[in-house]
Amino acid sequence: MSNALDLTLADALSALEKKELSSVELTEAYIAQMDATRDLNAYITETPDIALDMAKASDARRAAGDVGLMEGVPVGIKDLFCTEGTRTTAGSHILENFVPTYESTVTTKLFSQGAVMLGKTNLDEFAMGSSNQTSYYGDCASPWKAADGKARTPGGSSGGSASAVAAKSALATTGTDTGGSIRQPAAFCGITGIKPTYGRCSRWGVVAFASSLDQPGCFGRTVEDNAIMLQAMAGYDPKDSTSIDRAVPDYRAQITGDIKGKKIGIPKEYRVDGMPQEIEKLWQQGMDWLRDAGAEIVDISLPLTDKALPTYYIIAPAEASSNLARYDGVRYGLRVEGADLDDMYAKTRGQGFGEEVKRRIMIGTYVLSAGYYDAYYNKARRVRKMILNEFLDVYNQVDAILTPTTPSAAFTLDDAPTDPVTMYLNDVFTVPASLAGLPGLSLPAGLSSEGLPLGLQVLGKPFEEGEVLNVASVLEAAAGFQRL
Amino acid sequence: MTYTIKGNTGEWEVVIGLEVHAQVISNSKLFSGSATDFGAEPNSQVSFVDSAQPGMLPVVNKECLRQAIRTGLGLNAEINRYSVFDRKNYFYADLPQGYQISQLYHPIVGEGQIEIDLEDGSTRTIGIERLHLEQDAGKSIHDLDPKRSFIDLNRCGVALMEIVSRPDLRSPEEAGAYLRKLRTIFRYLGTCDGNMEEGSMRADVNVSVRKPGDEFGTRTETKNVNSIRFVMQAIESEALRQVKLVESGGEVQQETRLWDAGKGHTRPMRSKEFAHDYRYFPCPDLLPVNLPESFVDAIKSDMPELPDDKKKRFINDYGLPAYDAGVLVAERETAAFYEQVAEAAGNAKLAANWTMGDFFGALNKADIALADSPISARQLGGLIKLIADDTISGRIAKDVFEIMWETGKDAETIVEEKGLKQITDTDEIEGIIDQIIADNPAQVEKVKVNEKLLGWFVGQTMKATGGKANPGVVNKLLKDKLGL
Repeated sequence: MSNALDLTLADALSALEKKELSSVELTEAYIAQMDATRDLNAYITETPDIALDMAKASDARRAAGDVGLMEGVPVGIKDLFCTEGTRTTAGSHILENFVPTYESTVTTKLFSQGAVMLGKTNLDEFAMGSSNQTSYYGDCASPWKAADGKARTPGGSSGGSASAVAAKSALATTGTDTGGSIRQPAAFCGITGIKPTYGRCSRWGVVAFASSLDQPGCFGRTVEDNAIMLQAMAGYDPKDSTSIDRAVPDYRAQITGDIKGKKIGIPKEYRVDGMPQEIEKLWQQGMDWLRDAGAEIVDISLPLTDKALPTYYIIAPAEASSNLARYDGVRYGLRVEGADLDDMYAKTRGQGFGEEVKRRIMIGTYVLSAGYYDAYYNKARRVRKMILNEFLDVYNQVDAILTPTTPSAAFTLDDAPTDPVTMYLNDVFTVPASLAGLPGLSLPAGLSSEGLPLGLQVLGKPFEEGEVLNVASVLEAAAGFQRL
Repeated sequence: MTYTIKGNTGEWEVVIGLEVHAQVISNSKLFSGSATDFGAEPNSQVSFVDSAQPGMLPVVNKECLRQAIRTGLGLNAEINRYSVFDRKNYFYADLPQGYQISQLYHPIVGEGQIEIDLEDGSTRTIGIERLHLEQDAGKSIHDLDPKRSFIDLNRCGVALMEIVSRPDLRSPEEAGAYLRKLRTIFRYLGTCDGNMEEGSMRADVNVSVRKPGDEFGTRTETKNVNSIRFVMQAIESEALRQVKLVESGGEVQQETRLWDAGKGHTRPMRSKEFAHDYRYFPCPDLLPVNLPESFVDAIKSDMPELPDDKKKRFINDYGLPAYDAGVLVAERETAAFYEQVAEAAGNAKLAANWTMGDFFGALNKADIALADSPISARQLGGLIKLIADDTISGRIAKDVFEIMWETGKDAETIVEEKGLKQITDTDEIEGIIDQIIADNPAQVEKVKVNEKLLGWFVGQTMKATGGKANPGVVNKLLKDKLGL
């Protein structure tokens, strides 16, 4: 079946339902595409044998009338989710040979709903990065090419997951978003990605970067695909104390396309200096589409927006410096022997972690140090609280917020910023919602002058992923974006 | 009677504060489901959380919260309805996470106080600063192999209560009494077994010295002292060291020291043995603990009678001296045993004398625990009842007690079988006395001069009756007949 790869997740499910194809056939098509697109380096570990076994089992279940939400759908799993029996590297040398003996809650849920695992996708090391270039397993590229022919970053940290969906080497993928690691790669790769409300999806079994920010989510071709997959992933998990015990609504049913009378906020602070005209234009286009559909566009102000990045770059490294202390060479992962215990720690961690991870561990260690704690970490926590309150205030006036996802289109891998601060600026539009724990989605809405995808971001109220998906579906229909 | 150290420059007062680490009695660890049994095979009680596998998350064990609150109530302390778990960051091979989860800024229990019982029967009130919950570390074993160290993680993650006293203690004796009182309270509540030799109760000892009336001196902290005797010795030797140091022109350094039990003194820790900056911050994997009032109330309503209340009751209801009451309530089992004895005996004071005297003496001599006593509380009470109602004399009772100890028979049975019932028939005793007076005219003359010789007549009478004559009746009759 030559067009199997062109099906959306929703289409694939109905084709499987109608017996137009089997999960094995669909999976074989994706395995072939993984082969064909291997130069993109979207996968760290490919698991075709596991995929075929799971696909066979899925076909058997379907024949027996036992059909899950993701029955027979081949997916890629960001290599930050622990998968039982399949090595999980977190993009790091230090976990190169780590094979978990347990399965993360999110992948457990996906597989129990019938999803088929194609492999583990590439990512920035420990999800720290915005270009997938901090991965120990090599750069990953976006399948999108501009006229110059140079390879583009898929974004990060979930670069492999975004690249795979765009390149059709997975029908959908999981991601995690700490400061924009789903929304930014989705924008760069011309696909749709959603980060739900903090606490919606369990973090149990997801290698931690910054615990109070990390949130699993997913990538798909369409808004509806996001809705289907998120449905299978979300839900309360007693094993994660920060997961929220709250019913998960039927997301797909919330996509009605009706946004008449809805109020959409446009935060003026997101018009940053030096933002390209084409991004500004795309944003305006998005407002027009929503207005045409009957929504009311409301100018709003989020004055603390420019404090979000510095706040994020204190809180996230602080938590990371502590979360990554467990990688010490004692019990699992890389061990580099040393003269004594301290020497072994220094050698193991010195060789096991890459530069960006070390930088963030050092920043985090510094901001938590005696004498600096109040000036940095405690102040950042207070600002974070104010940022949340600012959003909640605004949400008394509006139902959702529309912004660009990124201040630019994907940069080339060769010309990627070498200055960390410039790199961090990639996340300027995505970080505020991460600090506030709000749901956010990025969908492709147009092309840059170079022909590269540009994304729009929809942010919602806490636990209103359905509203976000619905607003996004209106933009999606209006944009008519041409996928690869 | 104040405890002081006599130096060359005069008397020095010793100021002591104790930080006690008490292992919580619970079936599972503070943040994982692993068992907590003492003495299990190494590394047989270790979960993915305890060994800090990637992506694992802590979930607080409610039973440990309950136990901490019970203990807090037992210390007459404030229960904080809001508390927070913090991470204390440091690297060590037996600390898999690279941090210990503890409570620095918001402990679960605030200020309280307990009464300690001193040798002279007096009591003193000692302030409690706080009680917080934290994880224990694992155990490093360095002496099994010349080159390698071994790690046992069974203890890792077990819940500890750290109880910090005010610097209210002024002598080794008071420190010992404080530790004994804490242990008594733990055991009454069933919140810690108090076994210092198994490490389930350990103390850090803060000591400083000052001239009476002066400000507090600089203190040192001696870590991990594991018996009451060692705590008392450590205080004495450390206080002496400080006095000598100060008097010879030196200055006490605020430092961490170790107790060397073999040499009987403290020594400074090498600087590498402790970390300087723990970089505490709130654990982002756990939400703050908000205790509902009903949760605390349920624990309050389920509290057993505490040792101080029991002591007061023993003094008021049973008419016991404060010292006796203190001894009897020191262990809950002993107090319960005594109350059964008193009930069966119908005479609380006599019951106290016998329980603390002959009975404890016999247990000590045979080196057996109360639970293994060959004489039950009901049986001991039965024996005392026979004394109280003049069936047997105290003298005979001692013989009966010995037979009971050997045979386990009831006192009544023994008295019956051996015909040991006391002769209270005045006529019968009178006949015997008349005979003795008639047979010993010389002694009769002497006793009239020296009344002390009455004892000789009593002895002769008892001998003639096989010890069964009621001593009171014998005395009275002898005095009458000898005209004393």
